[in-house]
Amino acid sequence: MFNKADNHNIELEFKKQRRAETLTAAGSSIGAVILALIIGAVIIRLLGVNPFDAYRALIDGAFGTKNSIAETLLRAVPLAITGIGITAAFRASIFNVGAEGQLYLGATSAVCVGLAFPTLHPAILLPLMAIAGMITGALWGGIAVLLKLKFNANEMINTIMMNYIAIYFVSWLVHGPIQQPGSPLGQTAGLSDNAILPIILKQTRLHIGFIITLLMVLLTGFLIYRTVWGYQIRVTGKNMFASQAAGIKVKWVFLSSMLFSGAMAGLAGFFEAAGIQHRMIENISSGYGYTAIVVALLGQLNPFGVLLAAILFGGLQIGASTMETAVGVPASAVTLIQYLIVILFIGRKAFSLIIQQMKKNRKVAA
Amino acid sequence: MIGDLFSFLTSSIFEGFLTASMRLAIPIMLAAIGGIYNERAGISNIGMEGFMIVGSLTGFVVSYYSGSVWIGILAAIFLGILLGLIMGYFEITLKVNQVVFGISLNLFCVGLTSFLFRIIFGITSNSPRITPLPTIVIPILSKIPVIGPILFQQTALAYITYILVLITAIIMYRSAWGMNIIAAGENPEAAETMGVDVIRTRYYSIIISGVLCSIGGAFLSTASTGLFVQNMTAGRGYIALAILVIGRWDPFGVFIAALLFGAADALQLRTQLFNFDIPYQFLVMLPYILCMVVMIFFSKSSRAPAALGEPYDRGGKKSEI
Amino acid sequence: MHPPLSSQKVNLQMQGITVRYGSFIANDGVNISVDHGQTLALLGENGAGKTTLMKVLAGIIKPESGRIQINGKEVQILSPIHSQQLGIGMVHQHFMLIPTLSVAKNVCIGLKSAGYPFPNILKVENELIKISEKYNLQIDPKAIVSTLSVGTQQRVEILKALYRGAKILILDEPTSILTPQETHGLFGIIKFLTGQGCSVIFISHKLNEVMEISDRITVLRQGKVTAEISKDETNEKDLAILMVGHEFTKKRTIKPVPPEASELVKIDRITYFDERKLPVLRELDLTVKKGEIHGIAGVDGNGQVELAKVLAGILRPDSGRIFIDGNDVTKLSPGKRITAGLAHIPGDRQRLGLVMDVSLGENFILETSGKEPVSKHGILNFNNIRNTSKQLIKDYDIRCISVDQTAATLSGGNQQKLVLAREFSRMPKFIIAMQPSRGLDVGATEFVHEKLLEQRENGNGILLISTELDEIFELSDRISVIYEGKILATLSREVANRERIGLLMTGKTDV
Repeated sequence: MFNKADNHNIELEFKKQRRAETLTAAGSSIGAVILALIIGAVIIRLLGVNPFDAYRALIDGAFGTKNSIAETLLRAVPLAITGIGITAAFRASIFNVGAEGQLYLGATSAVCVGLAFPTLHPAILLPLMAIAGMITGALWGGIAVLLKLKFNANEMINTIMMNYIAIYFVSWLVHGPIQQPGSPLGQTAGLSDNAILPIILKQTRLHIGFIITLLMVLLTGFLIYRTVWGYQIRVTGKNMFASQAAGIKVKWVFLSSMLFSGAMAGLAGFFEAAGIQHRMIENISSGYGYTAIVVALLGQLNPFGVLLAAILFGGLQIGASTMETAVGVPASAVTLIQYLIVILFIGRKAFSLIIQQMKKNRKVAA
Repeated sequence: MIGDLFSFLTSSIFEGFLTASMRLAIPIMLAAIGGIYNERAGISNIGMEGFMIVGSLTGFVVSYYSGSVWIGILAAIFLGILLGLIMGYFEITLKVNQVVFGISLNLFCVGLTSFLFRIIFGITSNSPRITPLPTIVIPILSKIPVIGPILFQQTALAYITYILVLITAIIMYRSAWGMNIIAAGENPEAAETMGVDVIRTRYYSIIISGVLCSIGGAFLSTASTGLFVQNMTAGRGYIALAILVIGRWDPFGVFIAALLFGAADALQLRTQLFNFDIPYQFLVMLPYILCMVVMIFFSKSSRAPAALGEPYDRGGKKSEI
Repeated sequence: MHPPLSSQKVNLQMQGITVRYGSFIANDGVNISVDHGQTLALLGENGAGKTTLMKVLAGIIKPESGRIQINGKEVQILSPIHSQQLGIGMVHQHFMLIPTLSVAKNVCIGLKSAGYPFPNILKVENELIKISEKYNLQIDPKAIVSTLSVGTQQRVEILKALYRGAKILILDEPTSILTPQETHGLFGIIKFLTGQGCSVIFISHKLNEVMEISDRITVLRQGKVTAEISKDETNEKDLAILMVGHEFTKKRTIKPVPPEASELVKIDRITYFDERKLPVLRELDLTVKKGEIHGIAGVDGNGQVELAKVLAGILRPDSGRIFIDGNDVTKLSPGKRITAGLAHIPGDRQRLGLVMDVSLGENFILETSGKEPVSKHGILNFNNIRNTSKQLIKDYDIRCISVDQTAATLSGGNQQKLVLAREFSRMPKFIIAMQPSRGLDVGATEFVHEKLLEQRENGNGILLISTELDEIFELSDRISVIYEGKILATLSREVANRERIGLLMTGKTDV
């Protein structure tokens, strides 16, 4: 049909097209960020503040000093690590909205282990705490998938319900059985030095969890794109019926993707407790489990993209408080911009539709 | 014996519980009734939680400044239409993943309401309040044991909700619109060949859903409490999704299922008041646990509309080049 | 409301109709015409453009160019409902019915004339009873559509079209889901309708049916009209040449299976209940020998889909056992059965056979991703995947640009080749082929049949499940008929004939 040279050309053309598609995909994430920032600027202007001043303060607060960079990266840790977990689950079409609860329970059990063995050597104690957190997070998430497999119960609704249950349960624990003796606050006693994550950048709070996050991103990328498990997650998420017919154990794929997801959320909880709070507190997370969902989406369910999105959101969140003190724009404006980014990203197709429509109109006019 | 039972059923404590059951059921009921429209038409609305919280804030703020709860609710309706249109544009026209968009929209709406509340009222120690809708006790009917307190000692918005349940049943089972909605949700391609405009039907459905969710949210702030609290819907939009499954997409089924949840909520609130030795956290968990447990029983036998969640491509589109 | 079938006489003409999907021309200047009281057969193989042409008439697709005249008046068909108002009624191949609603509601959805906004269902029901009696359609208007048999649902479609005032009735491949006897009944209805002055356009690729029912025949090939003739001026052989461009190469010479060939697969009293707890397979017995193609004939919906799924391990039977090579595989998962030598060519290849949104390469390894050499210690070997995929693309002549393109970008025939390549490259012993040529053109069908015969020559056993009797008769060594979840009879190739199989397909065993 085609001669060989033609064939070669066609294949080259195809590759070029693929590369262009990849670039457009990355471009749409960046475009969404820029557009959201512009809309944010309009809102800031409406509040009577010069948007340039506000954004300057924001960037300054997020990346201006060694300490602010450290804080930004520190904030990116729970978002990235939970985000790559959510990536695995979403890729398998398991809609885990329960990372928040998994994070709470993971943090709690990690702290319990830390409090139980305060004198153990850190090289043993910290991994033990991490494992406890991961197992707890994984099991809590796993319940939702088991209910889905056994009773066809919607895992998205159940993981939301389980968030509320977990957070109230933890609230009871830190006000009751594991409350710091003599304290009126909802918190446990402080962890011993052995149970605290070592700092990797002097004069900042940046702890070793950041390095582990980078390693986990690499590992997850490898798992998703290079291993049989990742392949099976991807194809099952696209078409579970064909995958099942082809002998893939789809139930295991669903369950394992959620176990991984829950474990990552639990690990994030461990980092927050052992790296920042140095104890368990009632409000250990300010919605990281939810923000991580949009981080995963903006990162296009690619672990490396998720890392970038997490650093971006970390920077926005840390810079927000500087912005609030410097120019008086409430920090919650940044929360709004964050979610706006994702809404715009999801709706990116609108732009090509609008352009098509305009072209058509021009044709009609001409 | 029977006398004892009767005096318990008519005691003020039990009657208070019954009235509270319905009051707490109404927001979920309104949202779930809205959900019947969009899900029967074949599009999911995971964003009910977000619609509700926006309704709560809008209803509250406008009531606060206008001095009239009804104007507040009218404003909430308007916002509901707007949100319905936005969701329709994303899910029907752009055909994005409906679960992903719904989750993201919820997060956006929670962020939006927190931000706006902060902008409008600043940080104050005493939160602003409005006078909530008054209870209208219907003479004679309200005296019927059990049923009276549940149904006939409520606010006007609750009575409107009952009417909406009835109207929805009539629309779904007796009217041409209901047939169109069901056709669009079961077999959109067939519906189109029978002269049903699937896209338009779905847009209408999601807008109705947006309005009802928004009113449900407004009920929380304007009829139940008279104040707005950040994230005050607390997962009710998601519970409403479960109610749809439990009530099998049927207005009366939804009515009963929502009432069950209202009762669970009322029970835990009452129990807190009585200062039993149960930590309050376990009581607050009750509705969420109940939601999971009931879902386990109903999910397997409940049959969702066949085309639910599947975007519709009009056949003719392909030839428009 | 339109009075059903007025005495008004109608004729229809379509001239120069052109429809394009992207760069593909589905209809290229097509002309057809049909007179009142006449049956026009639209003959052509799959993909010739018959359905596209009728979708233009039904108002679903707008043509790029061309004219449509009804009673000499030029019309623009704007929408499906407009098409119905013009007196055109279409019975689609896939029924356009809402299964959860009653017949009466199905008939009047979207019709304001039935009462708006509250349709008078009672009145509609009474009207339907009258029409149903008049044309002997035997339909209860109160029945919920999902509870009706396929044949009845087809009659509901006809009833719907008549109620909506159809004077030109289009039937798209109506017999593909019917038994020969039901087909006979349908032809009776068609003759009655044309006798009343109605026009019928009968779409088919079955020559014998076209010769039986039509007055005039228009043949389509690759989007173009190749002939427009009266039935009396032609015969099946000529039509075949017009339809496919060359003569059918019928009747292969294949060596018969030696009677002493050993048994490869034994299905022992399999029973399966569906979600509604209704029996779909009822103590079904079946064997497949080595080197044999065992054809399963039957009307759609008699348990074929479930039989294939139970054999593939996707569904668990409620009782009974399955043996492959003497080993009990009843409790084995799909994966273990694949390892045991089973291959499955599913009927719904886009849903069960392929993952449309991933690359060809990733589709090739769907069953073998966990095994060497595709992967080692859980890590994929991309070099191996790439090279094997390229080889398979070459061996099976899959028309594509790159192994990295998605399966969704392939044509239907090439998608099926992709499935065949994957299944047969594993060297299976036993193959379940479910409707393997569904939706394929003649060339691709031929290719699929050759590959199946090649597997037979290699001594593998094949269970061929098909509703196409031509396919069954062409390939099978033995033919069994499935009816309501049971095998009614198994006949050898020599004694089987159409009539007998046809009667068995309706459940009649006393012949």
